[in-house]
Amino acid sequence: MAIIVLVLVMSIVFFAMRLLPGDPIRMLVAQSQEVNFTEEQVELLKKQHGLDRSLIIQYFDWLSDVVRGDLGRSVFTNAPVVDQIKQRLPVTVHLGVLAFIISIILGVPAGIVSAVRRGTWLDTVVTTLANLGITVPTFWLGVIMMLVFALYLDWLPVMGYTSPFKDFWESTQKVIMPVICMAIFPIAGNARQTRSAMLEVMHQDYIRTAWSKGLRERVIVTKHAMKNGLIPVVTLLGAGISQILGGQVLIETVFAIPGMGRLAVTSVTSQDYPYVQAIILILATVTLLSNLAVDLFYGWLDPRIRYD
Amino acid sequence: MSNTSLQATTISEAPPKISEWRHFYRVFFSRGLVIFGMVVIVLMIITAIFAPLIAPYDPYELGTGKILEKPSLSHPLGTDQLGRDTLSRVIYGTQTSLTVGLIVVIAAGIVGMTLGLLAGYYTGWINMVIMRIIDALMCFPMILLALVIASLLGGGMRNVIVALTIGLVPIYARLMCGQVLSVKNNDYVLAARSMGAPGWRIMLKHISLNCFPPLIVMMTMVLGATILAEAALSFLGIGIEQPTPAWGSMVNDGRIYLVEMPILSFAPGVAIMLVVFAFNMVGDGLRDALDPRLRGVL
Repeated sequence: MAIIVLVLVMSIVFFAMRLLPGDPIRMLVAQSQEVNFTEEQVELLKKQHGLDRSLIIQYFDWLSDVVRGDLGRSVFTNAPVVDQIKQRLPVTVHLGVLAFIISIILGVPAGIVSAVRRGTWLDTVVTTLANLGITVPTFWLGVIMMLVFALYLDWLPVMGYTSPFKDFWESTQKVIMPVICMAIFPIAGNARQTRSAMLEVMHQDYIRTAWSKGLRERVIVTKHAMKNGLIPVVTLLGAGISQILGGQVLIETVFAIPGMGRLAVTSVTSQDYPYVQAIILILATVTLLSNLAVDLFYGWLDPRIRYD
Repeated sequence: MSNTSLQATTISEAPPKISEWRHFYRVFFSRGLVIFGMVVIVLMIITAIFAPLIAPYDPYELGTGKILEKPSLSHPLGTDQLGRDTLSRVIYGTQTSLTVGLIVVIAAGIVGMTLGLLAGYYTGWINMVIMRIIDALMCFPMILLALVIASLLGGGMRNVIVALTIGLVPIYARLMCGQVLSVKNNDYVLAARSMGAPGWRIMLKHISLNCFPPLIVMMTMVLGATILAEAALSFLGIGIEQPTPAWGSMVNDGRIYLVEMPILSFAPGVAIMLVVFAFNMVGDGLRDALDPRLRGVL
């Protein structure tokens, strides 16, 4: 099923990119330094990029290339798309994985604590922060953090990216702000979801039984409530990955990080078809795989909904 | 004596008879943050409608003061790189955000609910085709989907609205489809069918009306997200075109002068937060009041 959806995604993108207005060759001509492009030269360029053939042939050509791992060449620089992606994907994965881990280790416990201590000041603090977290525009937060921590206080570098294998300390300093910005929305989302899921469980009869047995609160929360309460939270982790990927588009732009998100913005604005298609193919694969992983994990956690 | 007290307890434990509307009213207005959200939304709507009367300057007028003038009495939020009054632009930005947000939420609601209704009512190939396309659209973060569509269509308010609408449709369609599946097996639907009511009549009159409450909650909740997405697109330079005042592009424009004039980026960001926060709070309040399954849980 996932493969059908993936092929569907790619077909929609392929045809949408070509049927909607906008022509990369014309843009290339308009942007280039040479002024006098003749119609013949334009046609030649189209031929070089295979844009003169019928749509259906282009489509199947491209599909068979993709299966063989060839994602095409940039319309503008003629560089193979795979090379750029090989450089940029690790950057995005590095930031994304960090943000994902942080969103779980901060968001889930915060939600549990606020559910267990419902109505106390702790609950108020967590819910207020979580409500602010799903409200703040991440790109704006990035700009403000940059102003405060880099420009005013001079604690962190303003922008850019360094690989952790090259200089671990410098890399860590540079990723702190972007990762916080990317994680803020999923942290808040996880906290809210965990809180509501845990509250629902805490009202159940078996929890009351556990209380009446005289068990300690810690045991009730960790052994009884969390086991069932966290199951719906797992399903939302897939959505968290998608949110982080979406956030990267903005945050990589704010902090000038050479990752996939930045590449998505630049290639989308310049209408570099092969890049846009490749990026979407990769993002869609990541999302589908993560959803599949979540589904499998879910079935393993909760035998009641195991798929037959 | 014991008899009387027993009677008293029984009476006090009987559920008070209050109408649905009064219950809604009571739950909805029981939280301070929800009231705060309502007040902010009303103020924002008034600001948007009466922007020409409230704004001290024309938002498009160049050189209302010096270039990059610090905040003063005549320009409470200073002026931007073209000498335009920032406060006036923030005020007019309300129009842009609310217009885009409302149109997108309603348009996506109509399209998404229709698709969800069809997919849920007619199982079989119709469901299959609609839901697979929805799954495909769901693979992308909304902002990326909107980014691709907006760049294909070009910028401008109309195209941003189209792009965000397409991005939002799947969320509604999924929810509506689930709702329809749970509602359509009710006895009254069976009764209507056995009386020979045509499919469209059952869908419109019997099913869709009963699916509305969660969808209304959803509409309010995604309004905030839509306003955020519009701001994000404008920030990336693919959304609302210059010189129309839009909060997202104002944050981006101000980035260049971040050190000398931080207020240029700061002020529109606060406006975005305020309006999104207000819609989220009202969404939460509506959910508590309308959706009995979640009453009192969050």
